Amino acid sequence: MTRFLASRLLQALVVLLLMSFVITVLMTLMPGDPVDMMLAGNPRATPADAARLKALYGLDKPLLERYGHWLQAALMGDFGFSRLYAQPVLTILLPRLGNTLLLLGAAMALTLAVALPLGVYAARRPYGWADNAINLFCFAGISVPAFWLALLLILLFAVELQWLPASGLGPVGGEGWWERLPYLVLPVASLTLASIGGYTRYVRAAMMGELRQDYIRTARAKGLGEGRVVWRHALRNATIPIVTIVALEFGALFSGALVTETMFAWPGMGKLIYDSIMGNDLNVALVALLFATLTTLAGNLLADAAYAGLDPRISFKGDGA
Amino acid sequence: MAAFTLAAALAAPTIATPALAAKDELVIGMTQFPSNWHPSMEAMMAKSYVLSMARRPFTAYDPDWRLTCLLCTELPALDKGTAEVETRADGKKGIKVTYTINPKATWGDGTPVTTEDVLFTWTVGKHPQSGYSNFDLFARDIVAIEAKDERTFTIHRDKAVCSYAEINDFEILPAHLERAVFEADPATYRNRSKYETDTTNPGLWFGPYRIAQVEPGSHVVLEPNPTWWGAKPAFKRVIVKSIENTAALEANLLAGQVDMVPGETGLPLDQVLAFEKRHGSRYNVFYKPGLFFEHVELNLDNPALADVRVRRALLHAIDREAISKQLYDGRQPVAHNEISPLDRVHAPGYPTYAFDPALAGRLLDEAGWSERRAGVRHNAKGERLSLEIMTTAGNRSREVLQQVLQAQWRQAGVEVRIVNEPARVLFGDTLEKRRFKSMALFAWISAPENIPRTILHSSMIPTEANNWAGQNYTGYRNPEMDKVLEDLEHVCEPDANRALWAKLQTLYAQDLPNLPLFFRADPFILPPWLDGVVPTGHLDSSTLWIETWKAKE
Repeated sequence: MTRFLASRLLQALVVLLLMSFVITVLMTLMPGDPVDMMLAGNPRATPADAARLKALYGLDKPLLERYGHWLQAALMGDFGFSRLYAQPVLTILLPRLGNTLLLLGAAMALTLAVALPLGVYAARRPYGWADNAINLFCFAGISVPAFWLALLLILLFAVELQWLPASGLGPVGGEGWWERLPYLVLPVASLTLASIGGYTRYVRAAMMGELRQDYIRTARAKGLGEGRVVWRHALRNATIPIVTIVALEFGALFSGALVTETMFAWPGMGKLIYDSIMGNDLNVALVALLFATLTTLAGNLLADAAYAGLDPRISFKGDGA
Repeated sequence: MAAFTLAAALAAPTIATPALAAKDELVIGMTQFPSNWHPSMEAMMAKSYVLSMARRPFTAYDPDWRLTCLLCTELPALDKGTAEVETRADGKKGIKVTYTINPKATWGDGTPVTTEDVLFTWTVGKHPQSGYSNFDLFARDIVAIEAKDERTFTIHRDKAVCSYAEINDFEILPAHLERAVFEADPATYRNRSKYETDTTNPGLWFGPYRIAQVEPGSHVVLEPNPTWWGAKPAFKRVIVKSIENTAALEANLLAGQVDMVPGETGLPLDQVLAFEKRHGSRYNVFYKPGLFFEHVELNLDNPALADVRVRRALLHAIDREAISKQLYDGRQPVAHNEISPLDRVHAPGYPTYAFDPALAGRLLDEAGWSERRAGVRHNAKGERLSLEIMTTAGNRSREVLQQVLQAQWRQAGVEVRIVNEPARVLFGDTLEKRRFKSMALFAWISAPENIPRTILHSSMIPTEANNWAGQNYTGYRNPEMDKVLEDLEHVCEPDANRALWAKLQTLYAQDLPNLPLFFRADPFILPPWLDGVVPTGHLDSSTLWIETWKAKE
C-alpha cells in the first residue's frame, strides 16, 4: 500500500507539472493580451504605456522564461499575484475553494443520502409502480437545466414564500454557522435535485446486477435476513462503481458549480476559474486549474483506497510501479 | 430567460409586496464586483460606483453635465487668474491651474487632506513601475506641481487645452498611509498598497461613507464616515451586493433582499422594460439616456465600405425609429451623430439619415451595386455585396439588434453574415488589430464635451508600426477632421469653439465613418421610499452625490 501511494503521488506530481506547462501555453495562445485589455477603455494610453506595463508584468519575456520564473517561485510556495485582483493568488483562491467545497460537499452528502436508499429500493422491486415513479423522478431531475431549477427555487422559496434568502453566503455581519445555514439551503437543493436522478440510476443498476449474483442466492439460502443480504452484502459490492463515479465527479466539481454559484451569487471556485480565464488573469487561472487537477487526482486515489476497504479481493500488494 | 419570464409571469399575481427595508439601510444590487480597490489601477464601472461613496475626485461632471468641484473649493478659470497660459522653457504654450483643497477635507482617520497628498499622488502616478494605466496624465500632461501651502497647489500642464480645469482622473492618495508602502518598492506597490491589503482602513477614505467590510465576490458594506465634511448621509449602512446573473438579481429585488438596482451597472434595458410591465407599480423605474453611443463600427479598408454612398445607403436602409420603439419601447433615443443632443456642445444642423429604402437603393445603384441576383446586389465585376457584422457573443440585446439589422439590410440587397466573438477576443484583439472584415456593433462610452480624438483622428489608426495604439478602428482619414480635432483642444473662445464642434458634427455626418444607432439609456429601479437619486448618464456615477439620498418621511 505504501509503495502504491508513493507511486501515485509521484505520478500526480508529474501530471501537475505537465498541466501547469500546458495551461500556461494554452492561456498564452488565447487571443487578447492582458495589458491591451486593461488599456482598452483608456483613450489616453499610448504604445509606450503598453510597453511599460507589459515589462512590469513580465509579459515581454519569452514563454519559457516566464514559466520558469513562475515554477521556481511556485516551488518556494509563492504562486504570484492576481493581475485583476492585486492580491496574492492563494488569498483569493482559498476562501473560494472553501465556499465551493462546503457547497458541493453538502450537496454530495445529501445526494448520496437520498440516492442510495432510493436506488436500492427501486432495484429490489424493479418495474413495479414504485420503481416507475422513482425512474420518472430521476429522469425529470436529469433533464431539468440547472439554471432553470435554480430560478424556480428562488422564485418559489425566496420571492413568493419569502422563507429563504435568494443569494449570498450569509447575512451581512452574521458570522455564525446557524446564520449562514439558510443561505446554503437553496443552492444545495438546486445541486442535489439535479444530481439525485443520475446517482439513483447508478445505484439501481449496480444493485440489480449484484442482487442477481450467486453469492446473494447463497446468502439467502443460508437463511440470512433480507435486510442483511441487501444492505451488508449486495450494497457493499454495488458501492464500488458508485465510488468510481463519485471520484470522477470530484474533478468536475469546480466547473459543475459555475451555474449554481452564478445563480445564487455564491463566491466559489467555478466562477473564479471562469472570470480568470476570461480576464486573462494567468496566475489565478493556472493555480485554480491545478487545484481542479489535484482534486481529480486525489479523488481517484481515495477511490482506489476505498476499493480495498470495500472489497478485500482488491489488493495493492505488489502493485508498485 | 424565457423560463424565468414564464415562471415570473405565473408567480406575478401572488407575489407578496417585499417588506420595506429598514429605512436606515440601503441594499444596492449590481452585476459586477469590484476586482480591486486602488482608485487608479484597473478602471471598472463597479469599482467607480462603490468608490464614489467613499472618496471624491477634485472635479467631476454633475448630473447636469457641468464640471464641478468636489474636493476643490472652486474651478480654476482664466478670468479669475487661477488659470494662466504660460510659455514653457522649450517655447511651447502650456497652462498653469491653481486649485485649493476644501479646508474641511480630512481622511477618515482625521488626517487633513493636504498638498502633501497631491505631490505624493503625482510621484506615484508618474513612476513607470507604479502600474498606473492613466500614466499619460501624470507623466506627460502634468509637467510640474507646485505646492503653495498646505491646501493650495498649482499644476503646470503640457498643453494649453480648453479643458484645463478638469482633473477628474487625479485620484488623490493618502501620503501618510501609502508613502511607506510605495517607497519600499514601487515595482510591487500595485499589489502591496493598503487599498488591497487593508481595505477597511478608515484613513484610505474620505467620502460620506467608508468601506467597513468586504466579502470578495459577494458584498461590500459601507458605513458613514465620521470625518466627512459635507452633508450628513442618511443611511447607517449601505450594502452593495454583487449578483452577476441578471435573472437572479431581479429575483433578489422581488424578494426584498435588494432595494435598488442602479443603471450604471445593473440590469439590461430590455429586462427592465419587461420588469416594469410586471412590477413597475411597486418601484420607481426610470431611464436615463446618456453618453453610451451604440453604433456600427465600419472598416473603411473594405472596398465596399470605402464608398461613402454605400455607408449612407446602409444607414438609410435601417429603420432605427421602429427598432427603438419595438426593441426598447422608445426609451433608447436614435443617434444621428456621435455627439449626444444632451451634450452642451451638440450642434444640430448636420445631415441626418431617415429610413428611406428607395434612397438607399438609389445610392447603392450609384455606387455600382445595381444588379440583384437572388436578392443580393452585385457589382459589374460580379462581386456580391456581402459584409460581416461582429459583436460581443452572449450580449443578448446586441445579438437581437444585429439580427434585425441583418434582416433590414437584406431587404436593401445587402447580404450580412453574423460572426460574433467573446468580448475578450473582440475588444482585446479583433478590433484593436483591425481584424474585423467589415462591421462591428458595440458602444463608445464618453464624458461630456469629450473630444473624440482617439476615435476619429487619423494618427489614432492602430497599426503594427504604432503597436496598435489608438481607437480609430474604422481607419478614418480626413485632414479636415484632424484639424478640427486638434483645434478643439486649444481654441477656447466660446464662439470659435462652438463653430468647431458644429463642424466636427457636420463632417462626421457627411463622412459617416461609422453608423450611429442609439444613445443607450441606463435603467434605474428604485424603491418608492428612496429619494434623491439623480442619475448622471455619463462616466461619473450617481453615487458621487449619495449624501443627498434619503428615505422619504
